[in-house]
Amino acid sequence: MLAAPDAPVVPSEAAPPVRVYRHRLPTRIWHWVNAVTLLILLMSGLMIFNAHPRLYWGEYGANADPAWLAIGATPKTGYLRVGEWRVETTGVLGRWTDATGEEQTWAFPGWATIPTSYNLADGRRWHLFFAWVLSIGLTLYMLWTVFGGHLRKDLHLRRAEWSPRHIWRDIKDHARLRFPTGEAAARYNILQKFSYISVIFIMLPLMIATGLTMSPGFNATAPWLLDLFGGRQSARSIHFIIAFGLVAFFLVHIVMVLLAGPVNEIRSMITGWFRLRPDRGEGA
Amino acid sequence: MSEFILPRRQLIARAAGFAALPLLSGCDAINDAPVVRKILSMGEVMHQHSQRALTDRNALAREFTRADLSPTFRPNGTRLPEGAAYAAHAARGFADWRVTVSELVNTPLSLSLADIRAMPQRTQITRHDCVEGWSAIGEWTGVQLSHLLAAAGLRDRARFIVFRCADRIGDANYYESCDLVDALHPQTILAWALNGQVLPIANGAPLRLRIERQLGYKHAKYLTGIEVVASLDSIGSGKGGYWEDRVDYEWYAGI
Repeated sequence: MLAAPDAPVVPSEAAPPVRVYRHRLPTRIWHWVNAVTLLILLMSGLMIFNAHPRLYWGEYGANADPAWLAIGATPKTGYLRVGEWRVETTGVLGRWTDATGEEQTWAFPGWATIPTSYNLADGRRWHLFFAWVLSIGLTLYMLWTVFGGHLRKDLHLRRAEWSPRHIWRDIKDHARLRFPTGEAAARYNILQKFSYISVIFIMLPLMIATGLTMSPGFNATAPWLLDLFGGRQSARSIHFIIAFGLVAFFLVHIVMVLLAGPVNEIRSMITGWFRLRPDRGEGA
Repeated sequence: MSEFILPRRQLIARAAGFAALPLLSGCDAINDAPVVRKILSMGEVMHQHSQRALTDRNALAREFTRADLSPTFRPNGTRLPEGAAYAAHAARGFADWRVTVSELVNTPLSLSLADIRAMPQRTQITRHDCVEGWSAIGEWTGVQLSHLLAAAGLRDRARFIVFRCADRIGDANYYESCDLVDALHPQTILAWALNGQVLPIANGAPLRLRIERQLGYKHAKYLTGIEVVASLDSIGSGKGGYWEDRVDYEWYAGI
């Protein structure tokens, strides 16, 4: 078996496409479980946000206190306000029309929430169950990443990759949509490594930690964790900001998959096997 | 300009909404399936057991200083109970208000506010977290529930405490419940003062529960009765609280 991406087979020119085993089973399972889990957490989270569509910094925050972000409705429009900046969002945020043609003034629209019509209790049921799926899955995957060699083989940032010139070249390649071919395509490039490391080791753990610190029960268990985030309403704000950081990651991820060859990419995340495109022959 | 754009946007949103209707109603059908609800509610059980396992039963919710108080403590739920009886009590400054302690106790109690204020008092500045997501910090003064329960004497079969309230919402008066871990917790008090003042009506006058390691809907207001029971099965529809029975809020509101 071709074991790992760090020992790819270099395709010879004019040979039929070479297949490499790029994603091992734990990565594939976690990827798809996580895709479903994060989608449910996002949509049920938006439902929970709808119950109080305002964000604050500090320990407390309610309607009489200044919110740094608010989604709301005027008699005719919907709006999003961030600090002093305000944009009209009628039709999408704050004022929108539901699937039955009824006008609604909840912050996020029904197509973005679980369930589709306002129900805080059910949104919480979905969110707090899938929080377990995320936490347990992430813990196992992190352990496997660190001890199973994924980190060392695939995500480890080699010294040469840290050079600004190398990073800059990778940024330029991405901007020009020049995707690696041949042997280089079997490995993660530096921007991919940065993204995956930040999602697995920074963003998802922060989501879980800020989520936990919104629990009054857990605050009694570990008050120090809430201090780390600067209070419960700060934790709620950070939770929301990182959620949209994950949405941004998802969008870039999807665009990259589409540009890099969706069939090959998606197949490799299902079967593990990735088909290398012939080398451009510019020397890797 | 925007007048022209808006209707078109709404039109697009509406069209998208109709197109998505079968998909969305499919999602809601999943949400309503009994087996799905049963699986999802396992999350609550896991949160309750893991929090209880990780947390000392007397671990305190953070207490703050007066400098940390919310400028306005937002009232929620009932702000003024309906009915002539409550209005009459309010007009007399709740001088005749009684709160009872009954069911599985050795000595049933019926206490006036004067009786309660004559007991040892606890003052705590804590953060109130609403299930909706907002928080407010307030200073509460009252008697520890553990003190009342000790005075009444719990019988062996006692497992849960049910809180009965004077505010009627729709078809029933509000009610809530907790287990003995939370009932006997040092910060679980029946409060009659907020921020050094007699409790305002909007915040639950004359007496409300503070149960600091749980979300706001557990903090029953306008308290009239405390029942010690062996099981919650015969309370309301059996889920232990007004919103638990009606919209399926979690009974364990520690998260």
